[in-house]
Amino acid sequence: MNAEELKQEILAFHPSVVFDEGGQFVNANIDAADVLTLLTELRNRPAFDFDYMFCLTCVDYKTHFTMFYHLRSLTHRHEMVVKAKIADVNAPAVDTVSHIWRTADFMEREVYDLFGVKFFRHPDLRRIFLDENWPGYPLRKNYEDPNMIEL
Amino acid sequence: MIEHNLLEPDMITEDGDFVINIGPQHPSTHGVLHLKVWLDGETVKKVEPHLGYIHRSIEKMCESLSYRQYIFSTSRMDYLSAHINNQACALAVEMGLGVEVPDRAKVIRTILAELTRLASHALWWGCMGLDLGAVTPFFYAFREREFINDIMEETCGARLTQNFIVPGGLMADIHPNFVPKTKELIKMFRANIDEYNQLLTGNVIFQQRTQNVGFLSKEAAISYGTSGPVARASGVSCDVRKHYPYDAYDRVQFKEILGTTGDSWERYVIRIDEMRESLSIIEQLIDNIPEGDIVAKTKQVIKLPKGEFYSRVETARGELGVLLVSDGGSTPYRVKFRSPNFSNLSALGHIAKGSKIGDLVAMMATLDLVIPDVDR
Repeated sequence: MNAEELKQEILAFHPSVVFDEGGQFVNANIDAADVLTLLTELRNRPAFDFDYMFCLTCVDYKTHFTMFYHLRSLTHRHEMVVKAKIADVNAPAVDTVSHIWRTADFMEREVYDLFGVKFFRHPDLRRIFLDENWPGYPLRKNYEDPNMIEL
Repeated sequence: MIEHNLLEPDMITEDGDFVINIGPQHPSTHGVLHLKVWLDGETVKKVEPHLGYIHRSIEKMCESLSYRQYIFSTSRMDYLSAHINNQACALAVEMGLGVEVPDRAKVIRTILAELTRLASHALWWGCMGLDLGAVTPFFYAFREREFINDIMEETCGARLTQNFIVPGGLMADIHPNFVPKTKELIKMFRANIDEYNQLLTGNVIFQQRTQNVGFLSKEAAISYGTSGPVARASGVSCDVRKHYPYDAYDRVQFKEILGTTGDSWERYVIRIDEMRESLSIIEQLIDNIPEGDIVAKTKQVIKLPKGEFYSRVETARGELGVLLVSDGGSTPYRVKFRSPNFSNLSALGHIAKGSKIGDLVAMMATLDLVIPDVDR
Protein backbone atom coordinates (compact mmCIF):
# COMPACT_ATOMS: atom_id res chain seq x y z
CA MET A 1 0.00 0.00 0.00
CA ASN A 2 1.25 3.48 -0.71
CA ALA A 3 0.97 6.39 1.72
CA GLU A 4 -2.40 7.67 0.49
CA GLU A 5 -4.05 4.24 0.56
CA LEU A 6 -2.72 3.64 4.08
CA LYS A 7 -4.22 6.91 5.29
CA GLN A 8 -7.60 6.16 3.73
CA GLU A 9 -7.75 2.64 5.13
CA ILE A 10 -6.85 3.79 8.64
CA LEU A 11 -9.35 6.66 8.59
CA ALA A 12 -12.07 4.23 7.49
CA PHE A 13 -12.09 2.42 10.82
CA HIS A 14 -10.41 4.97 13.10
CA PRO A 15 -11.68 8.47 12.21
CA SER A 16 -10.01 10.17 15.19
CA VAL A 17 -6.50 9.68 13.74
CA VAL A 18 -4.81 12.87 12.54
CA PHE A 19 -2.04 12.64 9.95
CA ASP A 20 1.00 14.91 9.76
CA GLU A 21 1.64 16.75 6.51
CA GLY A 22 4.82 15.63 4.75
CA GLY A 23 7.52 13.79 6.63
CA GLN A 24 9.49 10.71 5.80
CA PHE A 25 6.85 8.16 6.84
CA VAL A 26 3.08 8.20 7.24
CA ASN A 27 2.68 9.77 10.69
CA ALA A 28 -0.52 8.91 12.52
CA ASN A 29 -1.25 11.00 15.63
CA ILE A 30 -3.56 9.56 18.23
CA ASP A 31 -4.34 9.92 21.90
CA ALA A 32 -2.52 7.48 24.17
CA ALA A 33 -5.80 6.06 25.46
CA ASP A 34 -6.72 4.75 21.99
CA VAL A 35 -3.32 3.62 20.85
CA LEU A 36 -3.70 -0.06 21.78
CA THR A 37 -6.84 -0.54 19.66
CA LEU A 38 -5.19 1.15 16.67
CA LEU A 39 -1.96 -0.87 16.98
CA THR A 40 -3.87 -4.14 17.40
CA GLU A 41 -5.78 -3.42 14.18
CA LEU A 42 -2.58 -2.50 12.36
CA ARG A 43 -1.00 -5.79 13.38
CA ASN A 44 -3.97 -8.08 12.81
CA ARG A 45 -5.65 -6.80 9.62
CA PRO A 46 -4.17 -8.68 6.64
CA ALA A 47 -4.26 -5.53 4.51
CA PHE A 48 -1.84 -3.80 6.93
CA ASP A 49 0.05 -6.71 8.52
CA PHE A 50 2.58 -4.57 10.38
CA ASP A 51 4.52 -7.49 11.83
CA TYR A 52 7.87 -5.85 12.53
CA MET A 53 8.32 -3.10 15.09
CA PHE A 54 11.73 -1.63 14.40
CA CYS A 55 11.73 1.24 16.85
CA LEU A 56 9.81 2.24 19.94
CA THR A 57 10.71 5.36 21.84
CA CYS A 58 9.43 8.37 23.68
CA VAL A 59 10.07 12.11 23.40
CA ASP A 60 9.60 14.62 26.20
CA TYR A 61 8.05 17.82 24.80
CA LYS A 62 7.81 19.40 28.28
CA THR A 63 4.03 19.96 27.93
CA HIS A 64 3.38 16.33 27.02
CA PHE A 65 5.11 13.06 26.18
CA THR A 66 4.84 11.41 22.78
CA MET A 67 5.36 7.69 22.23
CA PHE A 68 6.79 6.81 18.80
CA TYR A 69 6.00 3.41 17.31
CA HIS A 70 7.88 2.70 14.06
CA LEU A 71 6.19 -0.15 12.24
CA ARG A 72 7.04 -2.10 9.13
CA SER A 73 5.28 -4.84 7.23
CA LEU A 74 7.67 -7.46 5.90
CA THR A 75 5.00 -8.92 3.61
CA HIS A 76 3.74 -5.66 2.03
CA ARG A 77 6.96 -3.66 2.54
CA HIS A 78 5.22 -0.53 3.79
CA GLU A 79 6.08 1.48 6.86
CA MET A 80 4.44 3.97 9.15
CA VAL A 81 4.85 5.77 12.46
CA VAL A 82 2.20 5.95 15.17
CA LYS A 83 2.61 8.84 17.59
CA ALA A 84 0.67 8.59 20.83
CA LYS A 85 0.32 11.75 22.86
CA ILE A 86 0.40 11.37 26.65
CA ALA A 87 -0.98 14.56 28.18
CA ASP A 88 -0.33 13.75 31.84
CA VAL A 89 3.30 14.77 32.50
CA ASN A 90 3.21 13.95 36.20
CA ALA A 91 2.22 10.30 35.91
CA PRO A 92 2.60 9.32 32.24
CA ALA A 93 1.17 5.91 31.36
CA VAL A 94 0.12 3.96 28.29
CA ASP A 95 -0.96 0.40 27.48
CA THR A 96 1.78 -2.10 26.73
CA VAL A 97 2.13 -3.62 23.27
CA SER A 98 4.61 -6.32 24.34
CA HIS A 99 1.99 -9.03 23.74
CA ILE A 100 1.70 -7.91 20.09
CA TRP A 101 5.40 -7.45 19.33
CA ARG A 102 7.69 -9.22 21.77
CA THR A 103 10.54 -6.81 21.03
CA ALA A 104 8.46 -4.15 22.78
CA ASP A 105 9.12 -5.91 26.11
CA PHE A 106 12.72 -4.63 26.35
CA MET A 107 12.04 -1.37 24.54
CA GLU A 108 9.23 -0.44 26.91
CA ARG A 109 11.41 -1.26 29.88
CA GLU A 110 13.98 1.14 28.44
CA VAL A 111 11.36 3.90 28.10
CA TYR A 112 10.15 3.21 31.64
CA ASP A 113 13.72 3.40 32.92
CA LEU A 114 14.72 6.63 31.19
CA PHE A 115 11.39 8.50 30.93
CA GLY A 116 9.29 7.08 33.73
CA VAL A 117 6.39 6.19 31.46
CA LYS A 118 4.39 3.35 33.01
CA PHE A 119 3.06 0.55 30.82
CA PHE A 120 -0.18 -1.07 31.89
CA ARG A 121 -0.15 -4.89 31.93
CA HIS A 122 3.54 -5.13 31.05
CA PRO A 123 4.75 -8.59 32.16
CA ASP A 124 7.98 -7.46 33.81
CA LEU A 125 8.20 -3.70 34.25
CA ARG A 126 11.53 -3.07 35.94
CA ARG A 127 14.35 -0.64 35.18
CA ILE A 128 16.64 -2.10 32.54
CA PHE A 129 19.84 -0.01 32.59
CA LEU A 130 19.86 1.94 35.83
CA ASP A 131 19.74 0.88 39.44
CA GLU A 132 16.28 0.33 40.94
CA ASN A 133 16.93 3.16 43.41
CA TRP A 134 18.13 5.70 40.85
CA PRO A 135 16.50 9.08 41.52
CA GLY A 136 14.59 10.57 38.60
CA TYR A 137 14.39 9.71 34.90
CA PRO A 138 17.48 10.90 32.98
CA LEU A 139 16.04 11.52 29.51
CA ARG A 140 13.35 13.86 30.80
CA LYS A 141 14.05 17.47 29.99
CA ASN A 142 13.65 18.57 33.61
CA TYR A 143 16.12 15.99 34.94
CA GLU A 144 18.85 17.41 37.11
CA ASP A 145 21.84 15.58 38.42
CA PRO A 146 24.22 17.08 40.98
CA ASN A 147 27.16 15.86 38.85
CA MET A 148 25.99 17.56 35.68
CA ILE A 149 28.06 20.62 34.74
CA GLU A 150 26.57 23.59 32.93
CA LEU A 151 28.78 24.56 29.98
CA MET B 1 23.29 -34.19 45.91
CA ILE B 2 24.50 -30.93 47.42
CA GLU B 3 23.22 -30.05 50.86
CA HIS B 4 20.92 -27.05 50.53
CA ASN B 5 22.31 -25.26 53.56
CA LEU B 6 25.75 -25.10 51.98
CA LEU B 7 24.45 -22.83 49.25
CA GLU B 8 23.32 -19.26 49.39
CA PRO B 9 19.54 -19.17 49.89
CA ASP B 10 18.67 -17.54 46.56
CA MET B 11 20.68 -20.01 44.50
CA ILE B 12 17.86 -22.55 44.67
CA THR B 13 14.31 -21.48 43.98
CA GLU B 14 11.20 -22.98 45.57
CA ASP B 15 10.73 -25.26 42.54
CA GLY B 16 14.21 -26.67 43.05
CA ASP B 17 15.73 -24.78 40.11
CA PHE B 18 19.38 -23.94 40.36
CA VAL B 19 20.11 -20.27 39.65
CA ILE B 20 23.54 -19.28 38.37
CA ASN B 21 25.01 -15.99 37.28
CA ILE B 22 27.11 -15.78 34.13
CA GLY B 23 29.10 -12.59 34.06
CA PRO B 24 29.32 -9.60 34.30
CA GLN B 25 32.99 -10.56 34.08
CA HIS B 26 32.99 -13.64 31.93
CA PRO B 27 35.04 -14.15 28.76
CA SER B 28 32.16 -15.57 26.75
CA THR B 29 29.88 -12.57 27.25
CA HIS B 30 32.32 -10.35 25.30
CA GLY B 31 31.93 -7.47 27.67
CA VAL B 32 30.03 -6.75 30.82
CA LEU B 33 26.79 -8.61 30.29
CA HIS B 34 25.21 -10.36 33.24
CA LEU B 35 22.97 -13.35 32.59
CA LYS B 36 20.90 -14.91 35.32
CA VAL B 37 20.15 -18.49 34.33
CA TRP B 38 17.56 -20.82 35.89
CA LEU B 39 18.59 -24.44 35.49
CA ASP B 40 16.85 -27.75 35.92
CA GLY B 41 19.83 -30.09 35.98
CA GLU B 42 21.67 -29.01 32.83
CA THR B 43 18.59 -27.72 31.05
CA VAL B 44 18.07 -24.00 30.79
CA LYS B 45 14.60 -23.02 32.00
CA LYS B 46 14.90 -19.27 31.84
CA VAL B 47 17.53 -16.66 30.94
CA GLU B 48 17.29 -13.12 32.20
CA PRO B 49 19.83 -10.58 30.88
CA HIS B 50 20.79 -7.83 33.31
CA LEU B 51 22.05 -4.80 31.43
CA GLY B 52 23.45 -1.41 32.15
CA TYR B 53 26.96 -2.08 33.44
CA ILE B 54 28.37 0.33 30.87
CA HIS B 55 25.36 2.51 30.28
CA ARG B 56 26.74 5.97 29.43
CA SER B 57 23.50 7.58 28.29
CA ILE B 58 24.90 8.54 24.91
CA GLU B 59 21.42 9.67 23.88
CA LYS B 60 21.37 12.29 26.64
CA MET B 61 24.90 13.41 25.81
CA CYS B 62 23.95 13.89 22.16
CA GLU B 63 21.28 16.39 23.18
CA SER B 64 24.02 18.83 24.16
CA LEU B 65 26.31 18.18 21.19
CA SER B 66 26.11 19.89 17.81
CA TYR B 67 25.19 17.96 14.66
CA ARG B 68 28.88 17.77 13.72
CA GLN B 69 29.93 16.47 17.11
CA TYR B 70 27.25 13.93 17.91
CA ILE B 71 28.38 11.68 15.06
CA PHE B 72 31.60 10.82 16.85
CA SER B 73 30.04 9.78 20.14
CA THR B 74 28.51 6.83 18.31
CA SER B 75 31.89 5.27 17.52
CA ARG B 76 31.82 4.11 21.13
CA MET B 77 28.55 2.25 20.76
CA ASP B 78 29.20 -0.66 18.45
CA TYR B 79 32.98 -0.25 18.44
CA LEU B 80 33.41 -2.99 15.81
CA SER B 81 31.19 -1.12 13.34
CA ALA B 82 32.34 2.38 14.31
CA HIS B 83 32.49 3.63 10.74
CA ILE B 84 28.99 2.34 9.94
CA ASN B 85 27.55 3.98 13.06
CA ASN B 86 29.03 7.31 11.95
CA GLN B 87 27.51 6.77 8.53
CA ALA B 88 24.01 6.34 10.02
CA CYS B 89 24.30 9.59 11.97
CA ALA B 90 25.63 11.51 8.99
CA LEU B 91 22.83 10.17 6.79
CA ALA B 92 20.23 11.47 9.24
CA VAL B 93 21.76 14.96 9.21
CA GLU B 94 22.09 14.93 5.42
CA MET B 95 18.45 13.88 5.14
CA GLY B 96 17.42 16.84 7.30
CA LEU B 97 19.56 19.28 5.37
CA GLY B 98 18.68 17.81 1.99
CA VAL B 99 22.29 17.87 0.78
CA GLU B 100 23.50 15.54 -1.94
CA VAL B 101 26.74 13.77 -0.98
CA PRO B 102 29.35 13.79 -3.78
CA ASP B 103 29.75 10.49 -5.64
CA ARG B 104 33.34 10.06 -4.59
CA ALA B 105 32.44 10.31 -0.91
CA LYS B 106 29.56 7.87 -1.35
CA VAL B 107 31.78 5.21 -2.91
CA ILE B 108 34.60 5.61 -0.39
CA ARG B 109 32.13 5.46 2.50
CA THR B 110 30.71 2.23 1.12
CA ILE B 111 34.12 0.62 0.67
CA LEU B 112 35.13 1.59 4.20
CA ALA B 113 31.83 0.27 5.54
CA GLU B 114 32.41 -3.09 3.89
CA LEU B 115 35.98 -3.20 5.20
CA THR B 116 34.57 -2.54 8.66
CA ARG B 117 32.09 -5.37 8.20
CA LEU B 118 34.91 -7.72 7.16
CA ALA B 119 37.02 -6.77 10.17
CA SER B 120 34.04 -7.24 12.46
CA HIS B 121 33.11 -10.63 11.03
CA ALA B 122 36.75 -11.73 11.20
CA LEU B 123 36.88 -10.88 14.90
CA TRP B 124 33.56 -12.64 15.44
CA TRP B 125 34.88 -15.74 13.70
CA GLY B 126 37.97 -15.84 15.89
CA CYS B 127 35.96 -15.36 19.07
CA MET B 128 33.44 -17.95 17.96
CA GLY B 129 36.22 -20.53 17.95
CA LEU B 130 37.56 -19.23 21.23
CA ASP B 131 34.15 -19.54 22.89
CA LEU B 132 33.94 -23.17 21.87
CA GLY B 133 37.48 -23.93 23.03
CA ALA B 134 39.46 -23.61 19.79
CA VAL B 135 42.26 -21.09 20.29
CA THR B 136 43.96 -21.26 16.88
CA PRO B 137 41.22 -19.50 14.81
CA PHE B 138 41.69 -16.37 16.88
CA PHE B 139 45.22 -15.87 15.60
CA TYR B 140 44.24 -16.56 12.00
CA ALA B 141 41.38 -14.07 12.17
CA PHE B 142 43.58 -11.37 13.63
CA ARG B 143 45.95 -11.65 10.68
CA GLU B 144 43.28 -10.24 8.32
CA ARG B 145 41.91 -7.90 10.92
CA GLU B 146 45.30 -6.30 11.48
CA PHE B 147 45.66 -5.77 7.74
CA ILE B 148 42.28 -4.00 7.59
CA ASN B 149 43.12 -1.93 10.66
CA ASP B 150 46.35 -0.84 8.98
CA ILE B 151 44.42 0.31 5.91
CA MET B 152 42.04 2.20 8.19
CA GLU B 153 44.91 3.78 10.10
CA GLU B 154 46.55 5.10 6.94
CA THR B 155 43.38 6.64 5.58
CA CYS B 156 41.32 7.56 8.64
CA GLY B 157 44.07 8.08 11.19
CA ALA B 158 42.60 5.61 13.66
CA ARG B 159 42.35 1.86 13.76
CA LEU B 160 39.06 1.29 15.56
CA THR B 161 37.12 4.51 16.12
CA GLN B 162 37.58 5.89 12.63
CA ASN B 163 35.56 9.14 12.96
CA PHE B 164 36.14 9.76 9.26
CA ILE B 165 32.66 10.94 8.29
CA VAL B 166 31.33 14.48 8.49
CA PRO B 167 27.85 15.64 7.45
CA GLY B 168 27.96 15.91 3.66
CA GLY B 169 30.88 13.59 2.97
CA LEU B 170 34.28 12.73 4.34
CA MET B 171 36.82 14.49 6.48
CA ALA B 172 39.75 13.90 4.12
CA ASP B 173 40.66 12.13 0.93
CA ILE B 174 41.98 8.56 0.86
CA HIS B 175 45.65 7.73 1.27
CA PRO B 176 47.54 6.86 -1.98
CA ASN B 177 48.13 3.34 -0.61
CA PHE B 178 44.43 2.73 -0.03
CA VAL B 179 43.54 1.27 -3.43
CA PRO B 180 46.54 -1.06 -3.90
CA LYS B 181 46.38 -2.29 -0.32
CA THR B 182 42.65 -2.98 -0.50
CA LYS B 183 43.19 -4.98 -3.68
CA GLU B 184 45.88 -6.96 -1.93
CA LEU B 185 43.47 -7.59 0.95
CA ILE B 186 40.73 -8.90 -1.35
CA LYS B 187 43.11 -11.45 -2.83
CA MET B 188 44.44 -12.51 0.55
CA PHE B 189 41.03 -12.64 2.26
CA ARG B 190 39.46 -14.79 -0.49
CA ALA B 191 42.13 -17.42 -0.07
CA ASN B 192 41.93 -17.26 3.70
CA ILE B 193 38.18 -17.87 3.91
CA ASP B 194 38.94 -21.33 2.53
CA GLU B 195 41.41 -21.69 5.34
CA TYR B 196 38.70 -20.64 7.81
CA ASN B 197 36.52 -23.42 6.45
CA GLN B 198 39.28 -25.98 6.85
CA LEU B 199 40.00 -24.88 10.40
CA LEU B 200 36.55 -24.48 11.90
CA THR B 201 33.65 -24.97 9.50
CA GLY B 202 34.69 -28.49 8.53
CA ASN B 203 35.50 -29.52 12.08
CA VAL B 204 33.15 -32.30 13.20
CA ILE B 205 33.19 -31.31 16.87
CA PHE B 206 32.36 -27.73 15.94
CA GLN B 207 29.51 -28.86 13.71
CA GLN B 208 28.01 -31.09 16.37
CA ARG B 209 28.07 -28.30 18.91
CA THR B 210 26.30 -25.82 16.66
CA GLN B 211 23.95 -27.85 14.47
CA ASN B 212 20.39 -28.39 15.70
CA VAL B 213 20.77 -26.14 18.74
CA GLY B 214 19.54 -22.63 19.37
CA PHE B 215 16.59 -22.54 17.03
CA LEU B 216 14.94 -19.22 16.28
CA SER B 217 11.83 -19.57 14.15
CA LYS B 218 10.93 -17.04 11.48
CA GLU B 219 7.87 -15.81 13.41
CA ALA B 220 9.88 -15.35 16.59
CA ALA B 221 12.70 -13.60 14.71
CA ILE B 222 10.19 -11.07 13.35
CA SER B 223 8.34 -10.64 16.63
CA TYR B 224 11.55 -10.06 18.59
CA GLY B 225 12.63 -7.45 16.06
CA THR B 226 15.94 -9.17 15.30
CA SER B 227 17.91 -8.04 12.30
CA GLY B 228 21.12 -8.72 10.46
CA PRO B 229 22.60 -12.21 10.16
CA VAL B 230 20.53 -13.42 13.13
CA ALA B 231 17.23 -12.70 11.37
CA ARG B 232 18.49 -13.74 7.95
CA ALA B 233 19.48 -17.16 9.31
CA SER B 234 15.80 -17.63 10.17
CA GLY B 235 14.78 -16.68 6.64
CA VAL B 236 13.72 -13.08 7.27
CA SER B 237 14.69 -10.87 4.35
CA CYS B 238 15.78 -7.71 6.16
CA ASP B 239 19.03 -6.45 4.61
CA VAL B 240 18.87 -2.66 4.73
CA ARG B 241 21.48 -2.45 1.98
CA LYS B 242 19.07 -4.30 -0.31
CA HIS B 243 15.67 -2.92 0.69
CA TYR B 244 16.54 0.69 1.51
CA PRO B 245 19.84 1.32 -0.32
CA TYR B 246 21.95 4.20 0.94
CA ASP B 247 25.24 5.69 -0.31
CA ALA B 248 26.60 3.51 -3.12
CA TYR B 249 24.75 0.24 -2.44
CA ASP B 250 22.31 0.85 -5.31
CA ARG B 251 25.12 0.56 -7.85
CA VAL B 252 26.58 -2.80 -6.77
CA GLN B 253 25.39 -6.35 -7.28
CA PHE B 254 25.28 -8.64 -4.27
CA LYS B 255 23.19 -11.47 -2.88
CA GLU B 256 21.22 -11.25 0.32
CA ILE B 257 22.05 -14.56 1.95
CA LEU B 258 19.06 -16.20 3.60
CA GLY B 259 18.96 -19.30 5.77
CA THR B 260 16.11 -21.66 6.47
CA THR B 261 16.61 -23.49 9.74
CA GLY B 262 17.64 -20.64 12.07
CA ASP B 263 19.93 -22.67 14.32
CA SER B 264 23.39 -21.70 15.57
CA TRP B 265 25.05 -23.37 12.60
CA GLU B 266 22.99 -21.40 10.09
CA ARG B 267 23.91 -18.11 11.77
CA TYR B 268 27.56 -19.13 11.52
CA VAL B 269 27.35 -20.06 7.84
CA ILE B 270 25.51 -16.83 6.94
CA ARG B 271 28.32 -14.69 8.32
CA ILE B 272 30.97 -16.70 6.48
CA ASP B 273 29.05 -16.25 3.22
CA GLU B 274 28.51 -12.58 3.95
CA MET B 275 32.24 -12.05 4.06
CA ARG B 276 32.46 -13.25 0.45
CA GLU B 277 29.65 -10.87 -0.55
CA SER B 278 31.44 -7.98 1.15
CA LEU B 279 34.60 -8.81 -0.76
CA SER B 280 32.64 -8.80 -3.99
CA ILE B 281 31.10 -5.38 -3.17
CA ILE B 282 34.55 -3.91 -2.50
CA GLU B 283 35.88 -5.47 -5.70
CA GLN B 284 33.13 -3.84 -7.76
CA LEU B 285 33.78 -0.41 -6.30
CA ILE B 286 37.53 -0.23 -5.79
CA ASP B 287 38.36 0.34 -9.47
CA ASN B 288 35.46 2.75 -9.98
CA ILE B 289 36.05 5.46 -7.40
CA PRO B 290 34.84 8.59 -9.22
CA GLU B 291 36.92 11.76 -9.22
CA GLY B 292 35.54 14.88 -7.61
CA ASP B 293 34.85 16.51 -4.27
CA ILE B 294 34.87 14.55 -1.03
CA VAL B 295 32.48 16.75 0.88
CA ALA B 296 29.38 18.77 0.03
CA LYS B 297 29.21 22.40 1.16
CA THR B 298 27.34 22.83 4.44
CA LYS B 299 27.02 25.77 6.79
CA GLN B 300 29.49 26.11 9.64
CA VAL B 301 26.74 25.74 12.22
CA ILE B 302 24.25 23.15 11.08
CA LYS B 303 20.61 23.71 11.94
CA LEU B 304 18.03 21.17 10.92
CA PRO B 305 14.43 22.11 10.14
CA LYS B 306 11.80 21.17 12.69
CA GLY B 307 10.72 17.55 12.43
CA GLU B 308 11.83 13.95 12.75
CA PHE B 309 14.43 12.23 10.61
CA TYR B 310 15.03 8.50 10.69
CA SER B 311 18.02 6.99 8.91
CA ARG B 312 19.11 3.38 8.92
CA VAL B 313 22.12 1.37 7.89
CA GLU B 314 23.15 -2.26 7.98
CA THR B 315 25.94 -2.66 10.50
CA ALA B 316 27.77 -5.94 10.92
CA ARG B 317 25.03 -6.94 13.39
CA GLY B 318 21.87 -5.64 11.79
CA GLU B 319 19.76 -2.58 11.36
CA LEU B 320 21.00 0.50 13.18
CA GLY B 321 18.43 3.27 13.15
CA VAL B 322 19.01 6.88 14.15
CA LEU B 323 15.94 8.92 15.00
CA LEU B 324 16.68 12.64 15.17
CA VAL B 325 14.02 14.90 16.59
CA SER B 326 14.82 18.52 15.80
CA ASP B 327 13.23 21.66 17.17
CA GLY B 328 15.07 23.87 14.69
CA GLY B 329 18.06 24.54 16.93
CA SER B 330 21.74 23.75 16.51
CA THR B 331 21.62 20.67 18.75
CA PRO B 332 19.25 17.71 18.47
CA TYR B 333 16.16 17.86 20.68
CA ARG B 334 16.20 14.10 21.09
CA VAL B 335 18.28 11.31 19.56
CA LYS B 336 17.26 7.67 19.63
CA PHE B 337 19.56 4.89 18.52
CA ARG B 338 17.73 1.76 17.53
CA SER B 339 20.58 -0.62 18.15
CA PRO B 340 20.58 -4.05 16.52
CA ASN B 341 22.21 -5.78 19.50
CA PHE B 342 19.52 -4.68 21.93
CA SER B 343 16.80 -6.42 19.91
CA ASN B 344 18.96 -9.44 19.14
CA LEU B 345 19.73 -9.89 22.83
CA SER B 346 16.04 -9.77 23.71
CA ALA B 347 15.61 -12.98 21.68
CA LEU B 348 18.28 -14.84 23.72
CA GLY B 349 15.83 -15.95 26.40
CA HIS B 350 13.60 -17.44 23.72
CA ILE B 351 16.47 -19.17 21.89
CA ALA B 352 18.08 -20.65 24.98
CA LYS B 353 14.92 -21.98 26.62
CA GLY B 354 15.02 -25.76 26.85
CA SER B 355 18.58 -26.18 25.63
CA LYS B 356 21.63 -27.33 27.57
CA ILE B 357 23.78 -24.91 29.53
CA GLY B 358 26.83 -25.97 27.47
CA ASP B 359 25.18 -24.73 24.28
CA LEU B 360 24.31 -21.36 25.75
CA VAL B 361 27.79 -19.99 25.10
CA ALA B 362 27.64 -21.17 21.49
CA MET B 363 24.30 -19.43 21.04
CA MET B 364 25.62 -16.19 22.46
CA ALA B 365 28.63 -16.41 20.17
CA THR B 366 26.40 -16.74 17.11
CA LEU B 367 24.30 -13.74 18.20
CA ASP B 368 27.55 -11.74 17.99
CA LEU B 369 26.72 -9.34 20.80
CA VAL B 370 28.62 -6.14 21.41
CA ILE B 371 27.67 -4.94 24.87
CA PRO B 372 28.43 -1.18 24.56
CA ASP B 373 25.86 -1.13 21.77
CA VAL B 374 23.27 -2.82 23.98
CA ASP B 375 23.80 -0.44 26.87
CA ARG B 376 24.58 2.76 24.92
